[in-house]
Amino acid sequence: MHVPDGFFNAPTSVATGAVAAVGVGVALRKARAELDDRTAPMAGLVAAFIFAGQMINFPVGAGTSGHLLGGALAAVLVGPWTGALCISVVLLVQALFMADGGLTALGTNITLMALVGGFVGYGVFRLVLLVLPRKVTSVPVAAAVGALVSVPAAATAFTLLFALGGTADVATGKVLAAMVGWHVVIGIGEAIVTGLVVSAVLTSRPDLVRGARGLASNRAPLITKETSA
Amino acid sequence: MSATGTTTSRRFLVIGLLVALLVAGVGSFYASSHPDGLEYVAGRTGFLDTAEEDPVSTGSPFADYGTEGVDNERLSGGIAGVVGVLLTLLIGGGLFHVLGRRGGSEEYVDSPEPPVAARD
Repeated sequence: MHVPDGFFNAPTSVATGAVAAVGVGVALRKARAELDDRTAPMAGLVAAFIFAGQMINFPVGAGTSGHLLGGALAAVLVGPWTGALCISVVLLVQALFMADGGLTALGTNITLMALVGGFVGYGVFRLVLLVLPRKVTSVPVAAAVGALVSVPAAATAFTLLFALGGTADVATGKVLAAMVGWHVVIGIGEAIVTGLVVSAVLTSRPDLVRGARGLASNRAPLITKETSA
Repeated sequence: MSATGTTTSRRFLVIGLLVALLVAGVGSFYASSHPDGLEYVAGRTGFLDTAEEDPVSTGSPFADYGTEGVDNERLSGGIAGVVGVLLTLLIGGGLFHVLGRRGGSEEYVDSPEPPVAARD
């Protein structure tokens, strides 16, 4: 979902740049409480892993593909503020070195994928956790649902921006239907990857999954061997 | 937390990084080359041509996940992927290291499980 240069007019790009700057600024302050000697390297790894994951486009039919956005995944693993910074770093590297996502659209891309994708994904994850049984095995399921919703949420935010400051004159309804429709399908891929990765980390190091705190036993990492019927 | 926490963490990080490098360096060659959701919708609904023909270039030799001067497609994409993972790790890791050092100490007080970092 990397927006290239030119899709949005200058005022919109400046506005999303400002939103991104404020969001990243707040995240830089709040992330300190989420990070310590043990979680900081994990957060660096999460960013690197999501960069890699974003390179794997999977086909979703009709000649279209999708790839992991990673906002929900990062938020569940290392916390929402650090997670937003992870995605922002990935987008920065992509824009600066890979020509993926326009430089003038970096603010837009951070707003859509790091902020909207990340926080919607994390919010849904938290809500779903409230409903599910208080067990470690609920965490990957909740993460997957958060991931599923995060992708069409980012697509909806894109359409909103497009209606406000898109340079092309295309009916908003048409863009909305196509964007949300395709990104629900891509969201299913996002949900599968997110659920699998969270569950893999939970199996080997449950203490490194921030979203599982209070659920993952802090003295017996072996708990993951249990599969409650 | 067990006393082996520190070493296990290191092992976990190394394995995680190897997986990321494999995915970006090797797996990416097998990724779908179809346009992604946004590009497809832009083409279908008719605003793809508003994308800048000549976007602002940073002069990076890894533009579009290829490596300038490397003709072999598999190698070209693989190198770009590995470089991207390492750059992300470097920038992200550096940033989080700095943030963690400045903010971590207050958290230790009410943390239910004191971190084993002291074993360093």
